[in-house]
Amino acid sequence: MEEKENLITVNIDGQDLQVPPGMNMVEAAAILGKEIPHYCYHPKLTIAGNCRMCLVELGMPGRDRATGEPMVNKDGTPKIMWMPGPAIGCGTKAAPGLHIKTDSPKALESREAVTEFLLINHPLDCPICDQAGECTLQEFSSSHGRGYSRFIEQKNVKPKRTRLGPRVTLDDERCVLCSRCIRFCDEVAGDSVLGFTDRGSYSTLTCFPGKELANNYSLNTVDICPVGALTSTDFRFKMRVWFLKETNSIDFETSVGVNTVVSAREGTIYRVKPRRNDQVNDTWMPDSGRELYKQVESDDRLIQCTIDSLATSAVDAIAKASECLQGGGVAIVGSGQCSVEEQFALKAISDGIGAKGVYLVARYGKDDGILMSVDRNPNVRGALMAGLVNDLPDEQLGELGAKIDSGEVTTVFSVKEDLIAGGLTEDQVGKVKIIYLGTHENTTSSLADVLIAGLTQFEKSGTVINQQFRLQKFSRVVPGPGGAIEDLYALATIQANLSGESFPSTVGSLWKQIGTEGSVFEGISFQSLSDQGELLDGSAFEHFSFREGKSLHFEPKKEALAIE
Amino acid sequence: MPIVIKRRPLNFLEKLYLPEIARGLSTTFKKIWEKPVTLEYPEQRPTIPEGYRGVPTLVKDPEGREKCVSCQLCEFVCPPKAIRIKPGEIPENSEYAHVEKGPQEFEIDMLRCIYCGMCQEVCPEEAIWLQNQFSLSGYSREELVNNKEDLYELGGTLPDEHFKWRKKKEAAEHGSGH
Ligand code: SF4
Ligand code: SF4
Ligand code: SF4
Ligand code: FES
Repeated sequence: MEEKENLITVNIDGQDLQVPPGMNMVEAAAILGKEIPHYCYHPKLTIAGNCRMCLVELGMPGRDRATGEPMVNKDGTPKIMWMPGPAIGCGTKAAPGLHIKTDSPKALESREAVTEFLLINHPLDCPICDQAGECTLQEFSSSHGRGYSRFIEQKNVKPKRTRLGPRVTLDDERCVLCSRCIRFCDEVAGDSVLGFTDRGSYSTLTCFPGKELANNYSLNTVDICPVGALTSTDFRFKMRVWFLKETNSIDFETSVGVNTVVSAREGTIYRVKPRRNDQVNDTWMPDSGRELYKQVESDDRLIQCTIDSLATSAVDAIAKASECLQGGGVAIVGSGQCSVEEQFALKAISDGIGAKGVYLVARYGKDDGILMSVDRNPNVRGALMAGLVNDLPDEQLGELGAKIDSGEVTTVFSVKEDLIAGGLTEDQVGKVKIIYLGTHENTTSSLADVLIAGLTQFEKSGTVINQQFRLQKFSRVVPGPGGAIEDLYALATIQANLSGESFPSTVGSLWKQIGTEGSVFEGISFQSLSDQGELLDGSAFEHFSFREGKSLHFEPKKEALAIE
Repeated sequence: MPIVIKRRPLNFLEKLYLPEIARGLSTTFKKIWEKPVTLEYPEQRPTIPEGYRGVPTLVKDPEGREKCVSCQLCEFVCPPKAIRIKPGEIPENSEYAHVEKGPQEFEIDMLRCIYCGMCQEVCPEEAIWLQNQFSLSGYSREELVNNKEDLYELGGTLPDEHFKWRKKKEAAEHGSGH
């Protein structure tokens, strides 16, 4: 095989493969579609090599000891000198001429032996274990196990149902001592609280005395635990994983735009987990983002449209809202929580009625340098790119307040934003007509003249733009409540009512308009947007002083830092 | 090809009609004095053979512990999706805290159940059994959905060969010798 630049050739099960030097054999075999079973190896953590599940046979082209000449077989091919014992694949880095065998009898036998040892003290309680169905120990036990136990002695007893922290429960008997969780805490979360005590088969995972696993990334240890030792206290015993349908989504918590996958069964969401995106969040996500699904069924959810606090249909509420917006003196409060499509529709409305001002409410929080950025709105950049606003938003709606006081603004159309929380006084809110499109009760929703009940991020599809100007899409996980209406549909209908022309009311059809020539979104359509997102050209906004600091895969622009 | 059944032509005696009537009546009278082969259902009930697949029920072990651990395998395997389970955690102060998991709710919709016995076959805890109850009626759909209480009432207690959870508890009390 021809050597490409910077690539070296290794041989896996007789097949030549070109890989970058230093690539480990678990990854290299995966390129050929071969799975080397592994527990402790994780692509985003350092290599520990302690589970021994990934054993393979290893060989290098031989050299004659006396002459140093390469040894050749009779047919002229290089002679491979196989090592007598197996070696771990995860700890073997690609070197020129390296040969491995992943499915030779010796490799298979080694794995079977490792599996038998791992199961010696395992409690075999899959029926009550939450990991069942997505457990690598379960999978490899059926592919490499012997199906019965030769161990008749008493099994080790270790602590069960241990609270490791507010969100994580540990069952030590199930732990295979892979140390992934320990490495995650040390290397990614930067909060070293886990470690092993005791030795040999008595080794036990535990928290350091006086510490607990409480950092905002603790649930990632549950995701990477290959067995059911670490379980999420929230998800524990709620639903077996094989019933869950998974839908790709985005964490709306901050502008990082962590990729997630949301699991639901029959219209109920059970959990949110991270989805791998090497450009954004690797395989991690903050714990706080996993709680967001609870908003879907929260008690203060708006499930009914109202006009003057009287229940009405969504159709009537939209018609009434359109009527109010025609009156002039309208200001629009958009939101960084809206999708790009909604912001685009809102922009069309504001242009059409000649709004007296369009505002967003900024939310800033503490930056943790990993996956929580300062900007707690997922889509402020979307509002900029859709042209809804021309500058970074303020945290307070002071300017709008002044316009209300001066009588310039008589109607406020707020999408998802509580005006009181945004800094207006109840007095100011009382002076104007309020149209509110939102999902949860707040002061604005209770004061609204027209209230349109909308959908949460889990009930609709759309796109958001993260801090890197990466356009990412999220999809509908569950249907919305009966009385609510999709936000984009409501906005599009209002715009159609106002302009007298039709306006696309679905995400797919609206993208035909958004992705037209000349816009930054040119050539993009919702269907063709990949699950890894697409980086847009954000150079037009470079001069803005975004407040975000560094995060996992984001470097702030230098000028912005200088302003800080 | 239609199947043609050849009929034997009646012989002379049969053609006479009356002798055959007498033969028939004699059979009838003979049987009147014999032990009947039918049952006066529903007052009389048949004995159900072992392995009969009647209404699925939940059972307890001889200690009175509910055997089901709400693993939801039966819910998964049930072809007509007749089973609905809400799993739950056994509280830490319970006698059976070491089992950790048990059903909060368990429903079998008998209008859906096809008595296939898959649930019994898949259950890793031997907790669900199709027993000898075969006749089922009700005035509403709801009545024919057996909830957890009904299921335990129908199921009763079955002998246990393993007592695996009791052994587990004993092992835990005994400790690891370390
Ligand atoms: S708890 Fe899980 S991740 Fe941690 S060492 Fe044990 S098996 Fe590995
Ligand atoms: S007997 Fe068959 S149909 Fe009835 S509950 Fe069990 S699995 Fe379902
Ligand atoms: S399979 Fe058995 S243990 Fe599992 S939920 Fe059904 S009855 Fe309970
Ligand atoms: S994966 Fe290689 S030793 Fe664990």
